[in-house]
Amino acid sequence: MATRAERPLYVRRFSRTERTLHWVHASAFFVLLASGLVLYVPRLSELVGRRPLMKDIHFDTGLAWMAAIALVILLGDRRGLRQTLRELDAFDRDDRLWLRRIPRPQGRFNAGQKLNAALTASFALLFAVSGLLLWYGERDNRFRFASTILLHDGLMYVSILVVLGHLYLALIYPSTRHALRGMATGNVRRDWAWEHHRKWLEGQQPPSA
Amino acid sequence: MSSPADEPKLYGRRAFLGVSALGLSSLFWGKSAWDAVNGAVTPLRDALPAGLVPSGWRIYTISGHMPTFQRATWRLRIEGLVEKPTSLSYADLLKLPRAEQVSTFHCVTGWTVKNVHWAGVRFRDLLAVAQPGIEGTVLQFISAEVPYTDTLTLRQAELHDAMLAYEMNGQPLKREHGAPVRVVIPEMYGYKNVKWVERIVVTDQVTPGYWEQNGYDVDAWVGRSNGYTS
Repeated sequence: MATRAERPLYVRRFSRTERTLHWVHASAFFVLLASGLVLYVPRLSELVGRRPLMKDIHFDTGLAWMAAIALVILLGDRRGLRQTLRELDAFDRDDRLWLRRIPRPQGRFNAGQKLNAALTASFALLFAVSGLLLWYGERDNRFRFASTILLHDGLMYVSILVVLGHLYLALIYPSTRHALRGMATGNVRRDWAWEHHRKWLEGQQPPSA
Repeated sequence: MSSPADEPKLYGRRAFLGVSALGLSSLFWGKSAWDAVNGAVTPLRDALPAGLVPSGWRIYTISGHMPTFQRATWRLRIEGLVEKPTSLSYADLLKLPRAEQVSTFHCVTGWTVKNVHWAGVRFRDLLAVAQPGIEGTVLQFISAEVPYTDTLTLRQAELHDAMLAYEMNGQPLKREHGAPVRVVIPEMYGYKNVKWVERIVVTDQVTPGYWEQNGYDVDAWVGRSNGYTS
């Protein structure tokens, strides 16, 4: 019989599939952002030059990113991902209160993380569609819209703001930055999880019971 | 007992679908909406340090390195169907009648820079030096950025606001904008506005330019070419 004192210090928050998805997306995002800024900001364009190479890097990373995401979903734990998707989709009463800044116990994802996930997914879709349209539009008039580049740029600006917020919470803000350990190793401290994701911890089976 | 208020709401998918629908539909309304609010953000953009916020320009190049302008050795050659093949130094060029204009620059990919102040030489004045023959009806511009070329008919080049520009916004043309000289023809999309021009060949036929070999229209009228109809 496990006593409270014997309980493991850490609990598993993210599966291998979830972590792989996160890091594939994050690395592709930063390569795309860096190469995109070189194509976009005149001063950087002049400094770095090599536009044809930068264009290839940007475009090929975009393709590789889509392929990698598809591959992780195909080869990973799809049942687990479906469960994650259900968690991210549902906002219960506590989530809705939390969004109104009323502190309420949260599940494995808090309401802000759920919104971030939804936003990230739709931005990924919109980046991919507008990026492909920019590429096709250069080859075929029928795919050229005057607003494509505005959409691609607008997404870039909003993404930078969202990512800065995300990095602040994951790397700097003292009470939340432990979450990064969860995304790196899969495990988080039980007392931290109790503080931030109590409903999730309560719903877990006690180990070795 | 759980009341309806306690039931989970599927906000996740709503947020995903809502943002996606907004983004996709913006392909059809984005530009007009942006044009409507653009005036409001311009003062804000002007207040921020230059270089921090993109000026609206994007620098498109087709080769690995931008050509470098050497003032002492640079020459603009005008040749082909002309009476007097000519080679102008930068100083010679500045001595030709100077023209100035404020015009809007449109890129075929959808971005626009308004109120660009250009100074340079009208093609009529430039060509007067070399004296094109009667059969010379087309100008081919050859860029130092190999293999970029493009053409304008003489009629197009003699539009009232077309020029070979050597100044932009009160300063000598910067490297990324085609130093020392570029074509400016505001009625046409940017790819006809050849940068880093080093040779003008007067000819009697239109040769498809760099982007035209890749499917762009030879006559790139703003709003009336390349799939645009407005």
